Formats: sequence, structure tokens, C-alpha cells
Amino acid sequence: MCQLLKTTAQEYDFSPTGLRPYLRAILAVVEKDLTAEMRSRELLSSMFVFALLVILIFNFALELDVTTRLTVTAGVLWVTFAFAGTLGLNRSMASEKDRGCLDGLLLAPVDRSAIFFGKMIGNLIFMLVVEIIVLPIYSVLYNTDLFSAGFLGVVLLGSIGYVVVGTLLATMAVQTRTRDVMLPILLFPVTIPLLIAAVKGSMGFLQGLEMEEIRPWLNLLISYDIIFLALAFMVFDYLVEE
Amino acid sequence: METKPKLLKYLDGLTLILFLIAIWMVLFYAPTEAVMGNVQRVFYFHVAAGWVGMLGFLVAAVVGVLYLRSGKRKYDIVGVAAVEVGLVFAFINIVSGSIWARPIWNTWWTWDPRLTTATVMELIYAAYLMLRQGIDDADRRARFGAVYVLLGFASVPLTFLSARLFRTIHPIVIGTNQSGSMGQFDMAPKMLQAFLFSLLTFTFIFVDILWHRVRLGLFAEKIEERKIKLGEEG
Repeated sequence: MCQLLKTTAQEYDFSPTGLRPYLRAILAVVEKDLTAEMRSRELLSSMFVFALLVILIFNFALELDVTTRLTVTAGVLWVTFAFAGTLGLNRSMASEKDRGCLDGLLLAPVDRSAIFFGKMIGNLIFMLVVEIIVLPIYSVLYNTDLFSAGFLGVVLLGSIGYVVVGTLLATMAVQTRTRDVMLPILLFPVTIPLLIAAVKGSMGFLQGLEMEEIRPWLNLLISYDIIFLALAFMVFDYLVEE
Repeated sequence: METKPKLLKYLDGLTLILFLIAIWMVLFYAPTEAVMGNVQRVFYFHVAAGWVGMLGFLVAAVVGVLYLRSGKRKYDIVGVAAVEVGLVFAFINIVSGSIWARPIWNTWWTWDPRLTTATVMELIYAAYLMLRQGIDDADRRARFGAVYVLLGFASVPLTFLSARLFRTIHPIVIGTNQSGSMGQFDMAPKMLQAFLFSLLTFTFIFVDILWHRVRLGLFAEKIEERKIKLGEEG
């Protein structure tokens, strides 16, 4: 992965200021993550298999028959995404830390927040890919129609917020002694409002509720995303400073 | 070792006296509530403890920002102190609330906004302490702690909001009440006095304990410094 970083760094011209170099730096980090993943596929495959297993377990734990399905689908899906997301986030930051790649990234003459946004977008892509595969499978297995624009919108908004906070906290967690257990403990209490709003919002769309009833949850999701994007932008520097 | 500052000694005494008066006010001065009876007396210290729990969070968030801006160790020491004190009082708040809820709501627990928020706040406090335990480097521990408190501080109001969108049954004694809450009562003047006095007392208790805890933190730091010094000399 470090080798990869060097070659991409040569391709892009990093001058320290301006918006375009900033965006290029973000893209470079995203591209590095995607290329590494394309070659190893360890992150996506583990997230995907894990997600399937969670859904399987829920099937037996909850007896997902026709009547309960309507009310619990949103909850089951979000628990699955949250767990699979934690797995991916931890792995993505741990691989940076283990092979000393984080230090390499930090040496690059770009704004540190560009590295954060690069990692975050990479993680978001992984999470969305897993969701895109899991949703049709769930749809087929449980004979539920999940493909409305509103529902997918909620999934997107929820994933953004989750990945923003998750990337930030995973950066923290991999630098602690107990890193494997640290991420969920740090992440879940902070993302509770997001998860509640995401579950309620997606349940609203699945049950075909009036827009009036769903809108507060959407507002909450959007506010959460914006607040934590801004916070992440401000505090990421402090997490990688040595 | 420095001796205890005079002001702190006075504060200790004053807090103790205030606390004794508050106990007297809650148990004897305030009239018994007509419907709920004596169990309503939990309310005075219940709300006061919750207030201190939130105060701890507020202080921790403020010194967290100050630490990130200045990098001064004293802010970090105040931050941990505030979280530890806040954790204990938030717990008192939750337990005393449960004791009251059992006869009034006929259940120990319900997922009402305030209960949910209090629980999540407690979990964030606990996660903060676990995070600090897992980091050896003092500087990094302080930075991560400050950042995590900020994230928690931003998310707690949202948690309250999200749980609020469900209907609540928790009585709102101050401010307008939603229909459907159980255990509502109007405060008689003497009740209000006992209540405000409890709030005042608990604020004093918070400041007093916080001060003691900060002193403890400073001492611990000094010992750490001396150990390093000894190690270098030896």
C-alpha cells in the first residue's frame, strides 16, 4: 500500500494551497484505498459475509414472518449495516497504522483534513457497496420491496453520518492499546441519534407513511451529518498530531 | 506536598452545612405531595443530581476546547475530574429516578427521552474513561479525550431530540407539560424552595468535589514527574 502511495503521489501535482489541489489530494487517498481494496478484497468480502451472517442470525432470532417483517426490517438492516460498518472502519484504519502508512500519508504536503476526507469517502464507498449488495439479497430472501427512492436516500444519509463519525473514532481507536474492542464502545453511544433517525426514517418509507411524519427524521439525519462533518473537519488534526 | 488551601477548607464546611440543611428541607420542610406521597421527595435530589451530571459534561466540553487550543495539562486534569464527578452524579440521577418511577409509573424503566438521554450520556462518560485507560502517552490521552468529549457533547442534544420525537411520559415540572405524562404535580411554594435549595447545594457539592479531584490529579502528575526524574538520575 505504501508503494501505491508513492506512485500516486508522483502522478498528482500537490501544491499546498487552493481548492483543486485539495480535491486532488482527497481523490488520491480515495484512489489509493480503492486500488488496494481491488487487489486484496479483504475488507469488502469480510464486511459482506459478516452482514449476511447477521441477517441470517436475525432470521432465527426474530422469526421474520410476514407480519413482523414490516416493522422490524428497518431495524434489522440498520443493525447489520452498523455492525458491518464497524468491522470495515476498524480494518481500514488498522491497515494504515500497522504498516506505517498513516505516517507516510501524514508526511504528504497536504492539509490533514484532505486525508480525513479521503479516508472517509473511501470508507463510505465500501459501506455503500456492501449495502448495495445486501439490500437486494434481503429483498429476495424475505420478499420485501426495499427499492424506493426515499428509502435509499435515508440509507445514504445514514451511511454518511455513520462513516464520518466512524472514520474519526477509528483513527482514535487504532492508536489505543485495546483497539479491537474500542471502536464500537466509542462509536455506538455517539451515533445513537443517527441510528434512531435512520431506523425511523427508513421504517416510515417502508410502511408508506405520510411525508409529514418522516420529515422530522430526515431533518435530524441531515443536521447530524452536517454537524459532524464540520466537527470532524475541525478536530481531525488533533488525532494524528505527533 | 501543598497543604489544603484555606478557601477549599471553608468550601468543604459550607457544602456540608448546606447539604444538611437541604436534607432537612427535603425531608421535613417541604410538604408531602398529595397524590404521590413521600416518594415524591426523591424528586429534589433526583433533579439536582441530574443537573450536576450535565454540569460535568458542560465543564468537560469547555475545558476540552481550551485544552485543544492551548495544550495546557491543567485543562486535561479538570476535564477528567469533571467527567468522573459527572459520571457518579448522572448515575445517582438514574437510580433515584428508577426508585421514583417504580411506584408512580409502575415500572423501573421506560425508554423515555430523558431516560434515554441520561443513559447515553452515562455510556459516553464510560467510553471516555475506557478510551483514556487504553492510551499510555499522556499527551495523546489528553487530546483524544478532549476530542471525544466534544463529539459526545454534540451528540447528546441530538439524542434527546430524537427520543423526544416519540411521545414522552416523563413529567415536565418546569415549563409546559405534554399531555400524557404521568406523575405530574404543581409545586407548592415550600416545595419550590426546597427544590431550588437542593439545586444550589448540589452545585456547591459539584464545585467542592471537582476541586478535590483536580487537586488529586495535580498531585498524581507531580508524582509522575518525580518518578521520571528519579529514573533519569538513577
